[in-house]
Amino acid sequence: MNFVQVSKSIAIVASLFGAQVALAQDVTGAGATFPAPIYAKWADAYNKATGVRINYQSVGSGAGIKQIKAKTVDFGASDMPLKDDELAKDGLMQFPAVIGGVVPVVNIKGIAPGQIKLTGAVLADIYMGKITKWNDPAVTALNPGVPLPDAVIAPIARADGSGTTFIFTNYLSKVSPEWKEKVGEGTTVKWMAGTAGKGNEGVANFVQRLQNSIGYVEYAYVKQNKMTYVQLKNKDGQWVTPSDDAFKAAAAGADWNKTFYQITTEQPGKASWPLTNPTYILMFKSQDKAAQASAVLKFFDWAYGNGDKLADDLDYVPLPAAVKDLVRKQWGEIKDTSGKVVSYK
Amino acid sequence: MAAILPADDAGNVDRSEPQPQSMKPQPPRRRVAPWADAVFAALSQGAAWLTLAMMVGIIGSLIVGAAPALKAFGLGFLTTAEWDPVQEKFGGLAMIYGTVATSFIALVIAVPVSFGIAVFLTELSPGWLKRPLGIAIELLAAVPSIVYGMWGLLVFGPILATFVQAPLQSLLSGVPVLGALVSGPPVGIGILSAGIILAIMIIPFIASVMRDVFEVTPPMLKESAYGLGATTWEVVSKVVLPYTKTGVVGGIMLGLGRALGETMAVTFVIGNMTQLRSLSVFEAASSITATLANEFAEAGEGLHQASLMYLGLVLFLITFVVLAISKILLLRLKRNEGARS
Repeated sequence: MNFVQVSKSIAIVASLFGAQVALAQDVTGAGATFPAPIYAKWADAYNKATGVRINYQSVGSGAGIKQIKAKTVDFGASDMPLKDDELAKDGLMQFPAVIGGVVPVVNIKGIAPGQIKLTGAVLADIYMGKITKWNDPAVTALNPGVPLPDAVIAPIARADGSGTTFIFTNYLSKVSPEWKEKVGEGTTVKWMAGTAGKGNEGVANFVQRLQNSIGYVEYAYVKQNKMTYVQLKNKDGQWVTPSDDAFKAAAAGADWNKTFYQITTEQPGKASWPLTNPTYILMFKSQDKAAQASAVLKFFDWAYGNGDKLADDLDYVPLPAAVKDLVRKQWGEIKDTSGKVVSYK
Repeated sequence: MAAILPADDAGNVDRSEPQPQSMKPQPPRRRVAPWADAVFAALSQGAAWLTLAMMVGIIGSLIVGAAPALKAFGLGFLTTAEWDPVQEKFGGLAMIYGTVATSFIALVIAVPVSFGIAVFLTELSPGWLKRPLGIAIELLAAVPSIVYGMWGLLVFGPILATFVQAPLQSLLSGVPVLGALVSGPPVGIGILSAGIILAIMIIPFIASVMRDVFEVTPPMLKESAYGLGATTWEVVSKVVLPYTKTGVVGGIMLGLGRALGETMAVTFVIGNMTQLRSLSVFEAASSITATLANEFAEAGEGLHQASLMYLGLVLFLITFVVLAISKILLLRLKRNEGARS
């Protein structure tokens, strides 16, 4: 009697759990470390709202691209957009998820945030080891009246391959022909001067500890650690300070209609911050697991609709509404094996 | 020692007849499972072969992974210091130099210190101090390497910059070779700090191995030497060291192996610059392991990844060469045995 009852209740409980599991498909993604905090936050809120679990591994953009190509994950994430022909070769499509900004930071005694102004060309010369002192004429000419010390500049770079470095070197390549020729752009480059720290936190730590150093980190780190950011001259010749609005202005300036392959560094626009770039999601156009793909799209659709506040809280910049609509239209390219469009609704 | 004795006993039991016991006369025991020996032999042989197979497999996969780089750069990889992921030009000299130089500095510091610790613990220390000191040293070996790295970056680096590098630079400025060896921005990050952190990390290993082997020197030998009027130093250098040289060299090799392969702590304090800008011990550099840790996740398929694999292969070879040298050293020492000193 008793035994039967117990086994019955076990069966009921088990079936309940089974139903639960069937309801909540786990979606997995992997890639860039830079957007990992916001993806985690979105995933958490989304799980509470819908019960679907999004599993994101922040393994780095390169590894994310490798994993999506190997189909071990449902979506990949990369800070560096893939070129259209490379996407076509593998049958992939990409869309931007959220926008981030990179900010040069310094540590000079007596200098307040935003007090120092630098141009991209001067920044490139510093990182090439051509400008070695803070009171170099090239720097003082931009900063009349600012007490710059007669001290050696210690440039700090990122040691690990990273989207942050890609944005930074892409910008320097655009503004300095010499940089483009000698160093170029990439997630890891051949640094010509200085020291390198591991991760955004490593660079932030070095800059905060070392007098007369300069580094570049994600905007969130600048805000959280109250670091001394610099003003940059943008393409329109205006001096800009890093802010959400400056990042938004840069993203709005890009022409998203033709392709999502947009590197929005050095964009025109009076208020544009030159070191801005979206981070990307990669998916296959043809899906053998349509249910999984649909879950991924639903998640990002939800994030576009409800995630802006969370993004703001973490100092990321949400995509402009027009770009979001374009992305939703582009999702029409994702189809299951029978050629039916995978729904995001 | 304690761990070895019971094993020896078991071996004896297996080989000889059951030992007579003092309790009751027992009927002669039948061998329980005659096949057990064969199974055991097969299993242990299998374990040995498995290890060998895994090693061959690892070398094989490294070679396969590195094949594109091997083809593109050949042996020139070992002598070129250019590491340019953008242009896809790779040479490993900077990293090889970083690995060898940091490990060398670590050994130069760690071997004498460990030797001192071991001699003190076995010959000089008062009895009540032996245990706490021994335990403290063994505890050091249990500290995770990332903790050493963070400590090196946050605490040790600034101290090194202010109290060692700055005075050395002002002392040696203008001196031709030595001056160049200590040049560079006073950051406290670079080959020297990585070497010192590594030394701190491997001291517990070398010291505890040395202590253990010093302890197994037969007291009779030492006491005879003392009886002839030898000083403690003479006993250590003429009796203990010759008796334990295999163990001592083994301990040093164990430490060197750890220094060559250490990743996290080195990444924190070496500065991670994959270019060879100068030979200064204060210049930011990179080691093989640090470069692998930093770049592997983001390395695109193709030459970059293959070159990182090539670096891994080079580290394998360095370790192999180091082991071979230590074996040759031991053989040499053996040949001199019994000669008049």
